Amino acid sequence: MSRVRVLVGTRKGAFVLTADGKREHWDVSGPFFAGWEIYHMKGSPVNPDRIYVSQTSGWFGQIIQRSDDGGQSWNAPGGGQQKSPQGWPAGESNRFVYDTSEKTGAPLTTHQWYDGTQHPWEFKRVWHLEPSLSDAEAVYAGVEDAALFRSADGGHSWQELAALRGHGTGPRWQPGAGGMCLHTIVLDPKDPERIYIAISAAGAFRTDDGGQTWKPINKGLVSDTIPEPKAEVGHCVHHIAMNPKRPGVLFMQKHWDVMRSDDAGDSWREVSGNLPTDFGFAIDVHAHEPETVYVAPITSDSLHYPVDGKLQVWRSRTGGNEWEPMTKGLPQKDCYVNVLRDAMAVDSLDECGVYFGTTGGQVYVSPDAGEQWKPIVHDLPAVLSVEVQTIA
Amino acid sequence: MIRVELPHHLRTLAQVSGSVTLEVAEPVTLQRVLDALEARYPVLRGTIRDHDTQQRRAFLRFFACEEDLSHEPVDAPLPEAVVTGKEPLLVIGAIAGGSEGSGEAVSERY
Repeated sequence: MSRVRVLVGTRKGAFVLTADGKREHWDVSGPFFAGWEIYHMKGSPVNPDRIYVSQTSGWFGQIIQRSDDGGQSWNAPGGGQQKSPQGWPAGESNRFVYDTSEKTGAPLTTHQWYDGTQHPWEFKRVWHLEPSLSDAEAVYAGVEDAALFRSADGGHSWQELAALRGHGTGPRWQPGAGGMCLHTIVLDPKDPERIYIAISAAGAFRTDDGGQTWKPINKGLVSDTIPEPKAEVGHCVHHIAMNPKRPGVLFMQKHWDVMRSDDAGDSWREVSGNLPTDFGFAIDVHAHEPETVYVAPITSDSLHYPVDGKLQVWRSRTGGNEWEPMTKGLPQKDCYVNVLRDAMAVDSLDECGVYFGTTGGQVYVSPDAGEQWKPIVHDLPAVLSVEVQTIA
Repeated sequence: MIRVELPHHLRTLAQVSGSVTLEVAEPVTLQRVLDALEARYPVLRGTIRDHDTQQRRAFLRFFACEEDLSHEPVDAPLPEAVVTGKEPLLVIGAIAGGSEGSGEAVSERY
């Protein structure tokens, strides 16, 4: 029988939640890396026992952790204790260095700061790890200040895909309230050369040649909070989701507005429809129904909690525009948590399960595509990210 | 032997308990101690000082013998009591704010 493994990154450590295919009874393990912020953790689709973790701290910086046994044990690639004077490990798994070489590095050295002045790129943390769809040793990292890195050796060492930062619009990128972060990486399962990424606040970008060249894909986005609402870059994209069976169709939760693209991001149209508010962070797509989309509406950019204190996931079965609230089992009064951008996921069991975590420390599951919800855990630290693995 | 006291999170990261003891050639300086520490525990590279600039991370400080060494030249000799192992070199995380979210070291994930 298939089972699921839910990987939860929180403000104070990582947790692994496991259940069989019924998703009724859960085992909880953790906290791993207790006391550290776990921005993201994700398993390799090639080898589900390979899990990559972004462990970070304002005091001590960035660490990459890895498990090769499904979360039973962990190690920092290249960071193990020295065994002999001749055999020092490289210790480079937490080293993210922007490419400044003349040949491949970007001549660009600044981006826009909050006050509109130019500011140098400074590495702060890894927001998102996206393992390769074809090679368990390969993994991408989206970082703050915004850039895309890739490791080809299981996280031992990292190289920047510098063409993204260097394609010319960088001086117009600016940080959102959480910093200037590359938070979304979507790999196209049908075209290994195509990658989508999103940055707050620069917008969405796509490469069709494995990262050698990039183009902004923000046509159709309208952001009234920036000087040119229809600008090529500068939009605060919060998250992008895709059904792997239909990779040309993308759904986006922008700062405000839920958007849809049917042409791989070349153009977008708004599909917010009847949502109570179209501000939010998380968005995902049903594993088997490409037109079924989930969002977690948040009141506004000033009020980061659900409308009227009622925690609701809204589902569209028509690819947007027509939405219905999915509330059974969710608190419908006095609830003032947030659902962050990487804190929603779906499994791929026959009856698609939907999961999300909150800043109040709850992780909810709906084993029936959103009809009913129940908490798996309700007292974790603030949840930063949720990913789920469906294991045969 | 030089004794180094690490903050809790770096001890767990390096998988050590209590003080770390290191052999460091004289003259014993902060830079030499940190070099030896990172050689023994490569996972600590980048967590105390920047990989490339070697600058102390902003929210860490160095103390020994009740003196703040955070702003001393890294190639200055450490106090004799540290060199002899009588006193430890303390690596301390700065206190950043009285509650979560109030200090710069605590990021707000927007």
